[in-house]
Amino acid sequence: MKRNRFLIQKFWFAILGLSGLVIAIILFALIFFVTVRGFRVINWEFLTAAPKDGMTAGGIFPAIVGTFYLTLLAIAAALPVGVITAIYLNEYADRTNCLVRLSRKAVNALAGIPSVVFGLFGLALFVNFLHFGVSILSGGLTLAIMILPVIIRSSEEALSAVPFSFREASLALGASKWYTIRRAVLPTALPGIFTGAILGIGRVAGETAPIMFTAATFFTGRLPSSIRDEVMALPYHIYGLMTEGTHPEQQAPIAYGTALVLLILVLGIDLIAILWRYRSRKTKKW
Amino acid sequence: MEKIIKIKNLNLWFGEKHILKDINMDFQANEISAIIGPSGCGKSTLIRTLNRMNDLIPETKIKGSVLLDGQDIYQEHNVVTLRTKVGMVFQRPNPFPKSIFENVAYGLRVQGIHKHREIAGRVENTLKAAALWDEVKDNLNQNAFQLSGGQQQRLCIARALAVEPEVILFDEPCSALDPISTARIEELLLKLKTSYTIIIVTHNMQQAARVADTTAFLLMGELIEVGETSQIFKQPKDKRTEDYITGRFG
Repeated sequence: MKRNRFLIQKFWFAILGLSGLVIAIILFALIFFVTVRGFRVINWEFLTAAPKDGMTAGGIFPAIVGTFYLTLLAIAAALPVGVITAIYLNEYADRTNCLVRLSRKAVNALAGIPSVVFGLFGLALFVNFLHFGVSILSGGLTLAIMILPVIIRSSEEALSAVPFSFREASLALGASKWYTIRRAVLPTALPGIFTGAILGIGRVAGETAPIMFTAATFFTGRLPSSIRDEVMALPYHIYGLMTEGTHPEQQAPIAYGTALVLLILVLGIDLIAILWRYRSRKTKKW
Repeated sequence: MEKIIKIKNLNLWFGEKHILKDINMDFQANEISAIIGPSGCGKSTLIRTLNRMNDLIPETKIKGSVLLDGQDIYQEHNVVTLRTKVGMVFQRPNPFPKSIFENVAYGLRVQGIHKHREIAGRVENTLKAAALWDEVKDNLNQNAFQLSGGQQQRLCIARALAVEPEVILFDEPCSALDPISTARIEELLLKLKTSYTIIIVTHNMQQAARVADTTAFLLMGELIEVGETSQIFKQPKDKRTEDYITGRFG
């Protein structure tokens, strides 16, 4: 009987361990296949030149630049709004207030909306209604709305992880609530807020659907000169190479190469966030 | 002797719970007053009414009055100026995750003092007053969390002293400290009482006996007895006080 129970326990531990392993295998398989299919096309020209010969040669430099601008604008727009919202929800808002509960629910609901819907919304609001056109501006703002819930949530978590005793100490010294938030709470929460933002960047850089109608173009030989220009972007470039164009068999390897670049960028950004979090956890002493 | 704080008919509720029941007591200037009593008797809540820290807890209701220098702190005082007059040191050392210097300077910056020379001078004087200067003078830019628990608590005392309050509230300041650090804090309290009025909550009766001029015994939100410390410990008038200090409960 005893032996039997021990065996059952072993069995379930094995199942649990195995499912953990499966996740790791999936990740490595993905990286492996993208690398195998994509690494051949990657060279200096691929990273620094524009596509040429009807998308069958050249590089992806305009797409890298486009993704960089879109991501930068998205994070620049979403970070301040997200952090301010999180401060309000975590520090000021009365949790029983009906409006507050509504906005909390809205944040959660926003996080669950399919990204293509954000794309259509961006098309309707920014491109058409506000006449921003298909541009970095429209695409960046659409992406900003999409990552807003991520940033609000991670900022809220970072804020609520600040010990209450820091707030107490500051208030007991005659500091106002706002002063306390600025000088005692925010500096402590900052590493957490930034890791959230960096993870948000990783997410935004890889999104296709929100920029499909709002910012991205399949091909442009020149780099954007203003925020009102349309741009190429890495994820949309992959999509375009696999669905459009006249030489699918020559385009596919380029798509994999682009995917590999995108993967390295996104994983690299996540790695920065992870290392930062690791470091700030290690130096944290409360 | 001058009575700096007067509490009149003070009642406090958290929601439906009646925490403090009709408290009447005074605190003398330049004395150490101890408040003792078993856990949950309301002693921390009582001193937190004196700098209005209970305001932070939602659904707190207060009746009665607390006078500081003759002015009602719930009617006539701005809570921010009140807290610069009535400082507080907490149960667990709670320095900010900043340098030693910045911890002490925090309250000065709150008051809008920005001249570096003035801040540096006051930081030094305050750290000396808190008997910490000699230990930290070469490492003022070190993070406060590098200090030992006892040093952190003295840093928190320095931080409270820096804004030059009249009264300092100590909420079980030694409960997280070892006996040697505790002795140093007690020594410091006795030194500080020449310039400040000190009110200390403690669950450690020996501590009250060692440092306090007057002692108050609180039980289930009621003030049972208050008097000179030696009288409270040697000839308590109330049976419940006697039971508590002789260790029959609590």
